[in-house]
Amino acid sequence: MTGEHDHRPQPAPEQPPAVTPAITHPAVVRGDCVMDAVSLGKDYRLARHQVLHAVRDVSLSLHRGAVVALVGESGSGKSTVARLLAGQERPSAGTVRLNGQPVALSGHRAFRRYKSEVQLVFQDPFASLNPAHTVRYHVERPLRLHRGPLSAAEVRQQAAALMEQVRLTPAEDFLAKYPHELSGGQRQRVSFARALAAQPSVLLADEPVSMLDVSIRLEMLALLDDLRKRFRLALLYITHDIASARYFADEVLVMYAGEIVERGPAEDVTQRPAHPYTQLLVSSAPDPDNLGTALRNGANRAGRPGLAGPPPDGACPFSPRCPYADDRCRREAPALQPISAARAAACWRLDVAAPDVLARPEGGGDGTT
Amino acid sequence: MSATDPVLAIRDLSVSYGSGSQAVRAVDRVSLDLHAGEVVGLVGESGSGKSTLAYGACRLLRPPALITGGSVRYQGRRMATPADILQLSPDQLMSLRWREIAIVFQSAMNALNPVLRVRDQLTDVIRAHLRVSAGEAAGKAGSLLDLVGIPRSRLRAYPHELSGGMRQRVMIAMALATDPEVVIMDEPTTALDVVVQREILGQILELKERLGFAILFITHDLSLLLELADRIAVMYAGQLLEVGTAGEIQHEPAHPYTKRLLRSFPSLRGARRDLAGIPGSPPDLRRPPPGCPFLPRCTEGTEACASIEVRLEPVASSPDPWHVTACPFVLPDRTDGPGQARRPAGGRRPSAEELSP
Repeated sequence: MTGEHDHRPQPAPEQPPAVTPAITHPAVVRGDCVMDAVSLGKDYRLARHQVLHAVRDVSLSLHRGAVVALVGESGSGKSTVARLLAGQERPSAGTVRLNGQPVALSGHRAFRRYKSEVQLVFQDPFASLNPAHTVRYHVERPLRLHRGPLSAAEVRQQAAALMEQVRLTPAEDFLAKYPHELSGGQRQRVSFARALAAQPSVLLADEPVSMLDVSIRLEMLALLDDLRKRFRLALLYITHDIASARYFADEVLVMYAGEIVERGPAEDVTQRPAHPYTQLLVSSAPDPDNLGTALRNGANRAGRPGLAGPPPDGACPFSPRCPYADDRCRREAPALQPISAARAAACWRLDVAAPDVLARPEGGGDGTT
Repeated sequence: MSATDPVLAIRDLSVSYGSGSQAVRAVDRVSLDLHAGEVVGLVGESGSGKSTLAYGACRLLRPPALITGGSVRYQGRRMATPADILQLSPDQLMSLRWREIAIVFQSAMNALNPVLRVRDQLTDVIRAHLRVSAGEAAGKAGSLLDLVGIPRSRLRAYPHELSGGMRQRVMIAMALATDPEVVIMDEPTTALDVVVQREILGQILELKERLGFAILFITHDLSLLLELADRIAVMYAGQLLEVGTAGEIQHEPAHPYTKRLLRSFPSLRGARRDLAGIPGSPPDLRRPPPGCPFLPRCTEGTEACASIEVRLEPVASSPDPWHVTACPFVLPDRTDGPGQARRPAGGRRPSAEELSP
């Protein structure tokens, strides 16, 4: 993600030049919608009268060549959304559509066809590769499964080409290796190659870099970005690192307790967050320009997740931790309300929590906030 | 014995895995000081030897790891004379570990015993290292949970009933059970998400202020250290490449590796920066390259880099003589003259008499 390889899709030429290049308006840059989810919900029954609403009323759309980041803390339902989109779980409510068609996964063949369009990359490169098989097996198997009849020579040649694309060279050396002979970053590259082997149009990346060293993360994100551009992938990037979402994504969706609480262009959401939870996330990110002061002053106004207790029935799920919560918040859960054409937040108290965003919803990416 | 003497002084510590021609030098002549009440951050990529250094200094390594040289001097408030940890008998080592130097291990889920309640794990530590009755130990276990902000009702909980953040807090409580002077924290917040991570770091600093222990904080996340640490040591391929205060490391990094590390994480605030990772991977320590270990990945490297001996020298442009780097090309020509004699050993901070003219 260096300057000469600017990963952001350029604004469409017919747009007026008023759009600053640093701010990416999703409506401007997006290609065709490949996949969308409408009011997705997933409940898990824990006991007879106990239901866990892991995901509630999540709607999102993935467009060709664009990155949507799904940000939230552990247990907020991010990975469940990915599994629903990947067809690994059946939604309790709502629909997933691929190229406008509702997805019906009846039977093995339909599922396999779906998988060739929608691929998932997992978080842990140490657990997602089979230690008993070589890299060659991991990359060639999806080629044989998803790419129709290929001759043995074609499979070998395609596998080598994939390795080149994820920059594992010399390809033949790496293809012969076992996962334990590779570093974490190299394993994650193999995961990318395996996902790309099926020639998907949608790539769901579930925390693809959070297990890797900080120094390697950026390179991996740059690679992912390069692959997105080259194959015009619709990419869902799941992370708890909101700083990487700022650099990598076009649109950011912030999830809390199974619901989307804020959405908008990446630069706007990260620079001028509207929802109190997004504000908490942003203020929790390490800030080297503000050495230690925030840490030492105990900057978190919002309470701790474990100690605040569950919200009352029907209340805003964030209300027990929210510094702005009032009686209405504890009674009634807010729905996602549009702030502008591109931004929305689910909060009753936006006038108090983020008056500046309400006054000027767009164009916060001037770097002065 | 002046007040500025370090609590923990690691000198020229070398650790190898295996022996003979197969030996892998995981830590290569590293010197690092830790002063009372100080937070020293040790940053490096996976496999750079940062954990091996810390565990080696406490003699916690098992074969095939072998300490091949150096000394680790510990001087606590409770000790009459300094002790060289590497020379202690097993009994002496027992009384030093945890009582004086405690460790918060990386993975709280694996470090806690899954079949013991929190209370039993805490009393276990307390009774192993302090002479107290069972009742007193139970009371102390409760107050330790208060210290880290966990309700006492959780004393009866098993580790799997706690969230990741709570487990890590229990680990911190265990480390503080015996009022140690040095706490080594090995990636204590890596598995946690940012909000919880921040709370725990804030809590660690608060406890440090209150109880006055020194922290050796090991992580691969430099952005965290810039905020948290007083001084930062940058480790690469078993060697220290730069040591300086957090401010110096952030604003005047001297070593090319430090500079690359600083540019490799996205910033949330301020203008968007050009980011660049560090292409390539760390050298294979079985076949270390000659000269500077960072040379294969360094964009500023020259032929001369392949023949230098890695050793920390003061940064010429820095007014602080204790800001040291292993890259000779940011240094003035100091091949002779009296400057050599004053060269500080590793990450040492000046003692009072050295600072006085």
